[in-house]
Amino acid sequence: MTEMQKLYLLVPLAPLAGALVAGLFGWLIGRALSHWVTIIGVLISFAASLLIFQDALAGHVFNGSVYTWLTAGETRFEIGFLIDRLSALMMVVVTFVSLMVHIYTIGYMRDDPGYQRFFSYISLFTFSMLMLVMSNNFLQLFFGWEAVGLVSYLLIGFWFTRPTAIYANLKAFLVNRVGDFGFLLGIGMVLAYFGTLDYAAVFSMAPELAGMKIALLEGQDWQLMSVICILLFVGAMGKSAQFPLHVWLPDSMEGPTPISALIHAATMVTAGIFMVARMSPLFELSETALSFVIVIGAITALFMALVAIVQTDIKRVIAYSTLSQLGYMTVALGASAYSAAIFHLMTHAFFKAVLFLGAGSVIIAMHHQQDMRHMGGLRKYMPITYLTMLIGALANAGLPPFSGFFSKDSIIEAVGLSAIPGAGFAYLAILAGVFVGGFYSFRLVFYTFHGEERFRHAAPAGHDHDDHGHHGPVVPHESPWVVTVPLLLLAIPSVAAGWLVGPMLFGGYFSDAIFIAHDHHALAHMAEEFHGIWAMMLHSVATLPFWLAASGAGTAWFLYIRRPELPALIKAKFSLISTILENKYGFDAFNDFFFAGGARLLGRSLWRGGDVWLIDGLFVNGTARLVGWSSALIRHVQSGYIYHYAFAMIIGVFLMISLFVK
Amino acid sequence: MSEGSTLLSWVIWLPIVAGLLVLATGSDRNAQFARIIALIGALAGFIISIPLYTGFDRLTSDMQFVEYKSWIPAFNIHYNLGVDGISVLFILLTSFTTLLVVIAGWKVIEKNVAQYMAAFLIMSGLMIGVFAALDAILFYVFWEAMLIPMFIAIGVWGGPNRVYAAVKFFLYTLIGSLLMLVALIYLFNKSGGSFSILDYHALPLGLEAQVLIFLAFFTAFAVKVPMWPVHTWLPDAHVEAPTGGSVVLAAIMLKVGAYGFLRFSLPIAPDASHALSGFMITLSLIAVVYIGLVALVQSDMKKLIAYSSISHMGFVTLGLFIFNQLGMEGALVQMVSHGFVAGAMFLCVGVLYDRMHTRNIADYGGVANKMPMFAAFFMLFAMANSGLPGTSGFVGEFMVILGAIKANFWYGFLAATTLITGAAYTLWMYKRVVFGAVANPRVERLSDIGSREFLVLALLAAAVLGMGLYPLPVTEVMHASVNNLLTHVAQSKL
Repeated sequence: MTEMQKLYLLVPLAPLAGALVAGLFGWLIGRALSHWVTIIGVLISFAASLLIFQDALAGHVFNGSVYTWLTAGETRFEIGFLIDRLSALMMVVVTFVSLMVHIYTIGYMRDDPGYQRFFSYISLFTFSMLMLVMSNNFLQLFFGWEAVGLVSYLLIGFWFTRPTAIYANLKAFLVNRVGDFGFLLGIGMVLAYFGTLDYAAVFSMAPELAGMKIALLEGQDWQLMSVICILLFVGAMGKSAQFPLHVWLPDSMEGPTPISALIHAATMVTAGIFMVARMSPLFELSETALSFVIVIGAITALFMALVAIVQTDIKRVIAYSTLSQLGYMTVALGASAYSAAIFHLMTHAFFKAVLFLGAGSVIIAMHHQQDMRHMGGLRKYMPITYLTMLIGALANAGLPPFSGFFSKDSIIEAVGLSAIPGAGFAYLAILAGVFVGGFYSFRLVFYTFHGEERFRHAAPAGHDHDDHGHHGPVVPHESPWVVTVPLLLLAIPSVAAGWLVGPMLFGGYFSDAIFIAHDHHALAHMAEEFHGIWAMMLHSVATLPFWLAASGAGTAWFLYIRRPELPALIKAKFSLISTILENKYGFDAFNDFFFAGGARLLGRSLWRGGDVWLIDGLFVNGTARLVGWSSALIRHVQSGYIYHYAFAMIIGVFLMISLFVK
Repeated sequence: MSEGSTLLSWVIWLPIVAGLLVLATGSDRNAQFARIIALIGALAGFIISIPLYTGFDRLTSDMQFVEYKSWIPAFNIHYNLGVDGISVLFILLTSFTTLLVVIAGWKVIEKNVAQYMAAFLIMSGLMIGVFAALDAILFYVFWEAMLIPMFIAIGVWGGPNRVYAAVKFFLYTLIGSLLMLVALIYLFNKSGGSFSILDYHALPLGLEAQVLIFLAFFTAFAVKVPMWPVHTWLPDAHVEAPTGGSVVLAAIMLKVGAYGFLRFSLPIAPDASHALSGFMITLSLIAVVYIGLVALVQSDMKKLIAYSSISHMGFVTLGLFIFNQLGMEGALVQMVSHGFVAGAMFLCVGVLYDRMHTRNIADYGGVANKMPMFAAFFMLFAMANSGLPGTSGFVGEFMVILGAIKANFWYGFLAATTLITGAAYTLWMYKRVVFGAVANPRVERLSDIGSREFLVLALLAAAVLGMGLYPLPVTEVMHASVNNLLTHVAQSKL
């Protein structure tokens, strides 16, 4: 094993070791040692990831197996790593955000009795996510895929005495399983037609099978590659919360805020985006699949952003904003701008983590009050939180020179240049989404940090989380350094990460990892037009997205600072729309009624009708009753009295005589 | 290496002798003595079964550790034992499970301790006999004999409705077995007076005869698996059985049905197996989908897990009848894994039942507040039951689903619905039992698991995780035998 290979192993194993120590022996070593051991594990992992990133920048690619998990016939299932620029970048992003969240958690979970357990979970998550991105085959991808789902389940339900939390975590797991159902079928199709689950082997074989048709239904020929890609993408729809499997993500906000930042914004939910980018050699072979992807992404990007407008829970605003941003990434995938999707994934990881952790900082200051209607005017009490969240909001809105501008603008431009069916609709949807994004981002900032100090006459926090023992009006104050330092450290890349747009999108950074078909040349075309970040910013001022974002922000300013009485009036005026949005288009009610209720009804009727009535009632016990009934009849004949038998015999004799003697 | 070995006889008879010894010497006055003898017997039984695995030659599909002695010369019946890569795993699973059952029943069983321990030890030897027998009559004797201790275990230490359950269990399985006996006698005549199972494998048979033989075996094995629609004895048996009984029932007894398909139906009637594979696959998929939904609405924890067992066994029969290596090895892996996972699930319910004396989900809520260690173990096993990667529950399902997709996309499609339903019924139950605020004063008084319970659950957790993270050692052993079986089944006997 070379030095580099040892380093590769170290990256996932260090957090795993931390998770095991904190999880199994947390009760023994106490709180401080538990957070130290996990933080050091993630720190080691981050440092190693940086070294690997540097190595990958030098152009090195590693693809090798760690151990053979299973063999069956000719099929080998391996655990192994593929380290190229795509995975190296993901490793750095994951470990960096994870490290920040680990540190932040010291402050956020300070008073929680499940402190050690929490650290164990988030380190376990880091391990799982790293295994997912470092994988060189579909099996391990699925391993990591499900493992992050498990930790997400455990963390959403971290406060397991809250009914809403344990409802949300079950819902999240099951909705994700719907996605995984498609994903597993996709993997099965890959194995059935390629005979291997190894990325490199599958990708090299893919062009040969590009034209292959299969008949899944009688008389209908489907392109194999479309079937595989759409099935795999169903998995991505679950994990990356794309319409209509998005319903679990807003509810996942029941989990503690650090994991909302780490899992439900920066890393886990982007696994689907990463997966599709990784599978670019397959998706590029199916226009149908790409169209499907771009339409789903566009619907998510616009319609989820609209819901964010009416949310009053600070975390839910950010959750819907996450859904919308994930939609942007998906749209980019569909436009074959994979590197733009990954680039937006990276910038989003930073600025969304800032927004969530900032929201968490506000929530601490408000003693677990999450309703923005009870906030306002916080900026003078919490200057650092305000500053970092402002940066996050600017980046989220896509305004220059913040990171989100570069990634979002690239996506919009790529979609505009794309010729894939559905790109026209997607272009309009994401343009409209830019305005909405600018609006809800600044609505959040103005509602929380500016205006009237509504917390002064608010009821105390409604949550049952009364560890602090405070009641009555609260005077907020800035959070401790373990909270603000991660915020500041994440705010830096939220500003600056976008400046890497040149090398990352147009400098061939991903040329080894991502394959783009010849006629999908949107990005290549943009590369010709690209003349540095200054030119890009200057140029943007003359384009529509900039003005849409700015006017969104301006509208928020007008409605929430200039004329704060207006939103209520507008809401009353357009009550139908606001009701639809507040009910999130009715998906939850429909799913609860149709799927959850339907499955229970079906199960009950099969059980009562099939098992209890038909099989047991009619056949099993029915047979037994028939036997019992007939023997009860016959039993009367065997009374035990001699004269009964004698009488019967005489009758028999008479009968025989009358029959035979004629 | 296996010439002249008597190892298999030891593995079979040592627990039986230990059981008889416990029965002869133990009574409730010296219950502790009976427990210790039983533990020694079970431990020794497990230890001496290990060389079967370590000394197993992976390269051949021939029977190993063969023993061959004349038993009833008049009918050419032999005491003929041997194992291949398929049966060896189940022998180890049996001796391991018996050890767990003895430890788990340590304090819980208070009346007739010696008889309880003896029943499980004797049952263990008899079940190993089923897996090791190469003579059809010897197989049949073990097959029928193992019902007796289980019948007694349910009938004596069971719940309030135990007699109904025990009789239902006995009659269901007995009726199936009788047809098997008829088939065996037919084969005896047809083969010119042999009861050797391996002779039957090579016996040429017409399609009609094969179909009849297949159906005769089917009644015996399908009831044991159990396959839909002859499954309704299982939920009743599980609900009434004591914890140990449920564990053995789920971990081992269901496996002998599937093992029967592998040892008898497929190789003796390959053409009928192919001809009827559509029928078998249909029943398997009904088990996966229909039973999965039925499990969802159960209010009794044991019933829920019993239905989940049937659904998981559907993967086994599905894997066997799609005739590819991935499917068949997946079926075997699923059998072993189900032994661990279902056993563990029943033990977890047993832990709760011992404290609360109810299996009703609605009587629980917020157990995690009082039993955090238990909640962690239960979570692991619940996830394994939902087929989470990294646990053994994933491996078999994954292989069978992939194998099924190879055979026909829609088989895989229907089988994969377990990803959703399996997680739904398991985790919904977990949510209602373990999560939430403390639901009532009885939950408030719960105490976490003790060291004995910890030991049992930790051993199972190690098995579940070990097999999930590194299943290669399990499948390596079976490759040669499965290969051989598949080539054999592919050749027509007509």
